[in-house]
Amino acid sequence: MTAEIPGEVPRVVDRQRGLVPSLRRIRALIRRHAYLLLKSWPRIVSMAYYPTVTMVLWAFVTLYLAPTNRFLADAPGFFIGAVLLWDVLFRGQLGVSLTFTEEMYSRNLGNLFVSPLRLYELIAGQLTMSLMRTLIGVGGACGFAFLLFHYSIFSMGLPLVAFFACLLAFGWAVGLAVSAMILRYGLGAEELAWAAIFLVAPVSGVYYPIAVLPSALRAVSYALPTAHVFEGMRALLLEQTFRYDLFRNAVLLDVVYIALGVALFAAAVHSARKRGTLLQMGE
Amino acid sequence: MGAVSDAVIAVRDLRKRFARVEAVRGITFDVRAGTTTALLGGNGAGKTTTLSMLLGVLLPTSGAITVLGCDMLRDRHRVLPRMNFTSPYVDLPKRLTVRENLRVFADLYGVARPSMRIGELSAELDLVDLLKRPYGQLSAGQRTRVSLAKALLNRPDVLLLDEPTASLDPDIGDRMRSHLESYQRISGCTMLLASHNMSEVERMCDDVIMLRAGTVVDNGSPTQLIERYGRDTMEEVFLDIARGVDEPARGFARDVAT
Repeated sequence: MTAEIPGEVPRVVDRQRGLVPSLRRIRALIRRHAYLLLKSWPRIVSMAYYPTVTMVLWAFVTLYLAPTNRFLADAPGFFIGAVLLWDVLFRGQLGVSLTFTEEMYSRNLGNLFVSPLRLYELIAGQLTMSLMRTLIGVGGACGFAFLLFHYSIFSMGLPLVAFFACLLAFGWAVGLAVSAMILRYGLGAEELAWAAIFLVAPVSGVYYPIAVLPSALRAVSYALPTAHVFEGMRALLLEQTFRYDLFRNAVLLDVVYIALGVALFAAAVHSARKRGTLLQMGE
Repeated sequence: MGAVSDAVIAVRDLRKRFARVEAVRGITFDVRAGTTTALLGGNGAGKTTTLSMLLGVLLPTSGAITVLGCDMLRDRHRVLPRMNFTSPYVDLPKRLTVRENLRVFADLYGVARPSMRIGELSAELDLVDLLKRPYGQLSAGQRTRVSLAKALLNRPDVLLLDEPTASLDPDIGDRMRSHLESYQRISGCTMLLASHNMSEVERMCDDVIMLRAGTVVDNGSPTQLIERYGRDTMEEVFLDIARGVDEPARGFARDVAT
């Protein structure tokens, strides 16, 4: 080790305020998680594994029931589409929560929070990683759906982008809320990252119309963007109609839930700064 | 400690209460520009709590902190790019290589020409052979050197060091101290150091702030403190203060004994 530092010490830090430095810090976070992701093929495979297996399972159920079921005969891609869209929601939430949990496992939160990184940049990095994970996971399953069953989810056309965006946004909102819980209660709450989203599954109408639910639960359903998205998906597949009213409702609800998710996460960070846990969080 | 006009770090009546425990009880001190100041005290004296508040990761219950003229409670993001720190309480991602870790933090701190800077630091801190190794596979001493490299990436004006040479063998520890001294000489960096290594404090520090139970019980240069307590080393001064032997009594006891 060379103890002496030769020469003068020039300033090495670039301008820190404004859009470009902010984007550079977000890129640093993405780089950190991309390093981790891309060097581990089991991680990448595991992202596509669950949605692919679930999709294959429902595809065989469809093959079994379609000859005797008029509903499935009219919309053979119904279950596969539902599985793939549900997984957008699940991967979206998981992507945010796991990216944050990874920092806690690494005991790296302290380093991040004393760096010039701002809270909104941390959130933007988490959301970008979530998008990447979702595209890898659901993209893999979509590929298998086409190869094995000649079903292309892209046959839904542009409305698919609308469904995808609405579900991803709600996944982000839940992911931020889960991250807040993990920050508040420690890694003991990590199970929430895997289980939280399933709480909304029964009232989201993924595989059945909201009309089959008891009236009390229907009210809960319509307070969730997921119910509007899956109703919209059914309208598209069965009636070949894109329901703008459902899309608008989903977008508005997403805005509310994203705002709630960000507020919860910011409150959890503030609480951690008060309690002094940012430097100590870890396994 | 009175107000110093060239203070880079100014702490005023800083308090931190956790539930029923008051960990820091109204401390006031300054750290002069270009100097190294030690924050000393036994376990639970409030050193890490104070450092955490200086870094902005812990909110004080009351009081004021100014670093490089910025109010750390309101404008910490203005000054954080000019600061850095190392602490045994934090780690770096273990599955990333040393180079990847340093690259990520170079980007976070806005380091221009990051590859060149990482190359310089690797040469200075003997990390060249470790750059491609995952951080998690390094020994404790190697990790400490990587953490120091991370702390120097942005060539900070203010460096907060919590146990910077813990877990290093005497040889590497000595080289690390020399490196920090050399960096300070060239850059004019202001350092605040929490350490239990009293020979390190005697060697590196211009000023010492002694904490006990969350209060500043004494301060001065190592030479002044050694003289004031009638001791031969900072180790002995530390023991006197940590065990609650106050200065006049200690001086009186020594006078009587001689």
